[in-house]
Amino acid sequence: MSSAQQDVLKTVQTNDQSAIDDLIKTSYQHGFVTDIKSDTFPAGLNEDVIRRISSIKHEPDWVLNWRLKAYQRWLSLEDPQWAHVVHPDIDFQAISYYSAPQKNPALKSLDEVDPQLLEAYSKLGIPLEEQKALSGVAVDAVFDSVSVATTFRKNLADAGVIFCSISEAIQEYPELVKKYMGSVVPYSDNFYACLNAAVFTDGTFVYIPEGVHCPMELSTYFRINAANTGQFERTLIIAEAGSYVSYLEGCTAPMRDENQLHAAVVELMAMDDAFIKYSTVQNWYPGDDQGKGGIYNFVTKRGACRGKRSHISWTQVETGSAITWKYPSCILIGDDSVGEFYSVAVTRGYQQADTGTKMLHIGRNTSSTIVSKGIAAGHGQNTYRGQVRMMKHASNARNHTQCDSLLLGDQCAAHTFPYIEVMNPDAEVEHEATTSKISEDQLFYCRQRGLSEEDAVSMIVNGFCKEVFKELPMEFAVEAQKLLSLTLEGAVG
Amino acid sequence: MLSVKNLQVKVDDKQILNGLDLSVNAGEVHAIMGPNGSGKSTLSHVLAGRDGYEVVGGQVLLNNENLLELSPEQRAHKGVFLAMQYPVELPGVNNMSFIREAINSIHRARNEEELGTIEFLQRIRKTAALLQLDEKLLKRNVNVGFSGGEKKRNEILQLAMLQPQLAILDETDSGLDIDALRVIAEGVNTLRSPQRAIILVTHYQRLLEYIQPDFVHVLLNGRIVRTGDKQLALELEQKGYNWIMEEDAA
Repeated sequence: MSSAQQDVLKTVQTNDQSAIDDLIKTSYQHGFVTDIKSDTFPAGLNEDVIRRISSIKHEPDWVLNWRLKAYQRWLSLEDPQWAHVVHPDIDFQAISYYSAPQKNPALKSLDEVDPQLLEAYSKLGIPLEEQKALSGVAVDAVFDSVSVATTFRKNLADAGVIFCSISEAIQEYPELVKKYMGSVVPYSDNFYACLNAAVFTDGTFVYIPEGVHCPMELSTYFRINAANTGQFERTLIIAEAGSYVSYLEGCTAPMRDENQLHAAVVELMAMDDAFIKYSTVQNWYPGDDQGKGGIYNFVTKRGACRGKRSHISWTQVETGSAITWKYPSCILIGDDSVGEFYSVAVTRGYQQADTGTKMLHIGRNTSSTIVSKGIAAGHGQNTYRGQVRMMKHASNARNHTQCDSLLLGDQCAAHTFPYIEVMNPDAEVEHEATTSKISEDQLFYCRQRGLSEEDAVSMIVNGFCKEVFKELPMEFAVEAQKLLSLTLEGAVG
Repeated sequence: MLSVKNLQVKVDDKQILNGLDLSVNAGEVHAIMGPNGSGKSTLSHVLAGRDGYEVVGGQVLLNNENLLELSPEQRAHKGVFLAMQYPVELPGVNNMSFIREAINSIHRARNEEELGTIEFLQRIRKTAALLQLDEKLLKRNVNVGFSGGEKKRNEILQLAMLQPQLAILDETDSGLDIDALRVIAEGVNTLRSPQRAIILVTHYQRLLEYIQPDFVHVLLNGRIVRTGDKQLALELEQKGYNWIMEEDAA
C-alpha cells in the first residue's frame, strides 16, 4: 500500500474523534442579551435592600417582617458544602438583588408587551403568541424579576383558578399567601431558601379550588437577563381537595461571562385527592468550553401531600446550568398519598449536577417512585442524591427507585448517593441502579443502517430517557428531546 | 459491483485476512464458507467499515469507488447493508422509528425525498407479514427481549426495507430452527434482483439449500482458497473443511 493510502486510512480513523470534538463544542444557542432598559439596584445585600424591594412591591408589613427574619437567619448560616460540586466562593455582596424592566405597567394583552421582549422569546423558539394559539397553554412570562405578561387569565378565572405572579397574589390574595407561603419550605429551611425568602422578587402563584380540574396546562418561562442579577423566584401552588393541575416550567438564559446565581424556591401543597404535576425543562447557560461562566442553579423544591390520596409528581429535564443543585421532594403526610420523581440530568463540558429527590413517608400506605437518568459527557460530573425515609407510622409504605447513569466518553463521571432510612417494619424499599456506556456495537449498528454518529447517540440517549420523557406533557416532551439532541450532539469519545 | 483485491487486515497486530480476492457482480449471490476463525466475520465487518480493523494492504472498490475511505454510514448510503450475526439491542428505541430513521437518513444523503408515513407503514407491514414477524415486534424497542430467531428476522426486515445494492448476511442462519431458516430464506429470495448482489457468510451448507448461490467460496486462513458452485458446498457438508486444508497446505 502506498503511503498516501495509509494517510487516507489514518484520516478515516482520526476523523471521528475530531468531528466529535467539534460537536462537543457546539456553542450555546440561546446566547444573546436583550437590550431592554433595566431598573437595577447596585450590588450588595443588607436590610435596606430588602426594605427597598418590599417597598417597590408595596408589600404589607408581614411580608417585610418575614423577609427580615429570613435575612437574619441567613446571616447565621454557612454556605452548604456537602454537595458533590466544586465552585469558587460566591460573593453575595457582589450581586444585585433587584432588576426590573423599566416599562412595567399592568398589561392586558401581549400587544402591550415590549416588542424586543417578544423577539427575545421568539429567538428562544418560544413565541408567546403561537404558544398561546397553538397549545392552549396560559403563559405567565417572567422576564428577570417582574411579570410582564399574563395570559388566559379570564378562562382560568371562570374556572376559579388563580394564576398570577406572587407579588400580585400578595396584594390580591393576602390570606392565601399568608397561610401557605413558607408552610412547605420554611424561611429558615436552608441557606439558599433563606436567601430566597429574604430577597425573592417575583414568581408564580397558583390556586386551584376544590374539585376543579384546571382547564389548561399552566406554564411559566423564566429568563435571566440583566448581568449580575441573581434571580430569586418563589413559586407557590395550592391544590385544594379533589383538584388537578399540571404546571410547566421552562427556562433558558443568555450567554454571560460572570456566574449568575439562581436560588429559587418552589412549594406545592396537595389536599385530599388532589393531583399536582410539575414539569421542568431547564436549559440555562452552562458556561463555556473551559467551564467559565454559567448559571449556578441552587433550588429548593418541595411538595407536601397533605391530604389523603393526594399525589405530587415532579418531572425534570436538566440540561443547562454550570452547577445544578436541586432535590424536588415529596412529604407524604396523607394516608395513601403518592410521590413521584422523574429526572433526566445531563452534564457536559465542565457542568456539574448534584440532583435527586427526598421522599419522606409519614402516612400509611404511602408510595413513591423515583426514576433518575443521569447522563455525563465531556468533563461532566453527574451525581444522583436521593433520600427515602419511612417514618414510624408509615405502615405499608412503598418506594421503588430506579437510578441509571450513562457515560459518554472517559473524562466524565457519575456518582450515586442513595440514603435509605426505614423505621417501620412493614415498609418496602427497592433500589435499582445501573451505570452504562453507549457501546461500540450499538453505535456501529446504527451507523451501518445509515444514521450519522450524532443521530445514533441522540437516538440511544433519547431511548435511555424515554421513561422520563413519557411523563412530560406532549409539547414539552418534544422540546426536551430536541434539547437533549442539541446538548449531546456527537458527545461520544 | 464489488471488487476486493489482495485485502490484508490486522486485528490487534494479528493478521486475519491475508490477501483476499473477491469479485461480485450485480444480480449474483455469493456464499462465503469457512471454519471458525477463518476470517469470515472480519471480512463482513471490514466491508461495512467497523472500527478496530486495520487494513494494511489491498483495496475494496464498490462501483469503482474506494469503500475503505468511507465511514460506515456513508457506505450504508451507497447501498451496503450488513445483517449482523449478533443483532444489537437498543433499549428505549422504537423498532419502527429506527427503521424509518434509517431509511430517511439514506434518502437524505442521496438528496431523495423522505418516505411518507403511509407508504412506510404499508411497506413495513407487508414485509413483516412476509417474514412472519409479529407486528407487535415493530412497536417494541429494537431487538430488546426478542428471541434469537426474531432478531434475525428483524435483520432481514431491515434489509428488505432498506433495499440495499449489496447485502451481506453474516451467519444469519446460526441459531435458527429449520422453520425460521426457511422463512428467512424466502425473504432473502424475494430480494434477489439483477440490480442487487448478496453475500452469504456462513459456516454451514444448510442455508444454501434454501438460497441457491451462484458462487461458493471457501475462506481459509484469511484467503479464498477455492471457488466453485453449489456442488462445492455439498462437498464441504460431507467431507468437512479438513481436506481443503490439507490440499491447501500441500
